[in-house]
Amino acid sequence: MKTYKYITILLAICTSMVFVQCSDDDDNIIDVATCDDGIMNGEEEGVDCGGPDCDPCTEALDFSGTYSQEDQMGRPGINTVFGSDGMKDAFNTTIPSEMGAQFQADFEAKLLALNPNYTTNALGLDATTFTTVLANDVLWVAQTGPTAYGSLTGRTLSDDVIDTSLTLIFGGPDGTDNNNDPEDEPLLTSDGVPANDANFSSSFPYVTSPF
Amino acid sequence: MKKAKIFAAIGGVGLAVLSIFLIAADHIDAPAVQGTKSDITDFYAFQGENSNNLVFVTNVQGLLTPGNTDEAEFDENVLLEINIDRDNDLVEDLVIQAIKRNDSMYFFGPVNPALTGLNSEIDTTAQMGSVKISTTDESAETSEQNGMKFFAGPREDPFFFDFDQYNAVLAGDASDGFMDPGTDTFAGTNVLSVVVEVPKSILGNGSTGVNPFAPDTPIYNVWVESKRKQQ
Repeated sequence: MKTYKYITILLAICTSMVFVQCSDDDDNIIDVATCDDGIMNGEEEGVDCGGPDCDPCTEALDFSGTYSQEDQMGRPGINTVFGSDGMKDAFNTTIPSEMGAQFQADFEAKLLALNPNYTTNALGLDATTFTTVLANDVLWVAQTGPTAYGSLTGRTLSDDVIDTSLTLIFGGPDGTDNNNDPEDEPLLTSDGVPANDANFSSSFPYVTSPF
Repeated sequence: MKKAKIFAAIGGVGLAVLSIFLIAADHIDAPAVQGTKSDITDFYAFQGENSNNLVFVTNVQGLLTPGNTDEAEFDENVLLEINIDRDNDLVEDLVIQAIKRNDSMYFFGPVNPALTGLNSEIDTTAQMGSVKISTTDESAETSEQNGMKFFAGPREDPFFFDFDQYNAVLAGDASDGFMDPGTDTFAGTNVLSVVVEVPKSILGNGSTGVNPFAPDTPIYNVWVESKRKQQ
């Protein structure tokens, strides 16, 4: 009798466990793993992420390590215009706070080699002052108000930075020195390309579709 | 005879240098990075459509033809880092970091970096968002997270310049200088572009007295760097 009693109790326990188990399963049947079902299933590498179907798991990505500088740019064309052979790579791997001391003198020599008649430019900057500004290769951008390369308040996609640079290098104090008399002087203050070959968007991401 | 003087001067600089003079804004600017996936071609910083925001555009891997643009891809070992100096000491106070993982670009900051200068670590505590890298055969994939907007992928190269005529001028083959109109040597070429738009309020205040032509306007010094993971 005693044995039968134990068996009954055991059966009851087992039945209840099976019942609970079944109930649990019934409430959570997942036929198809999706990327928003709140559990890690299918081929996911984490909860709703990773594998071939879902977005990558941020947690699983490796962002460790030290990254060492190869290229640098502030204003357009600085290294290409004022750098010299043997110093361009060094310029790209020099921090801005040390650029002036290392490169200003070379930049000034280059400026005067390009335009031996240089006195001041349309900004009123003499050769030393101008190349001191440029040797610190950072782009000034205004916190408030409009931004444009010509006013030294930023650089927009449509700014004609080449003409600005040519004018400041070759244009003399009034910015027109080399092109106001084409009979006698070559046109050096404008490359004759005033705009890009595609229109920009006024909305994010601003740059336009590739060709 | 001013013209003769100018060309004599230009000629005196030396052909080796002149051949790469002003090749582009920063396209293939130096031997070590030329043609690599870390070669920065251009950097733009401007007020956004929403004037409370600033936009940073970093372009790499220039001179892609339409035919080879599909094959161009960002390098998972190359970190692109936008540097923002607020107090005009030419040392970055904030960085915005972007790096590719799988098919997405991940963005960190603006955040005060643990290291300044030539070496960086990615500040994973400052992850602000990610965006799926766009391809050539679909419209731009963008994302907006934490008040910032993100884009990464191939774009038309916004740079324009009559580079061929410039070479002719430097070589002494163009006595009249540039043409008017000139021809955009970069027409029809693409770059890989990373665009970030960030509320100015996150960046804090720049410095006045930096720009002599707008002394009352607070200015940020900004620049971009490409940095390769050390093995």
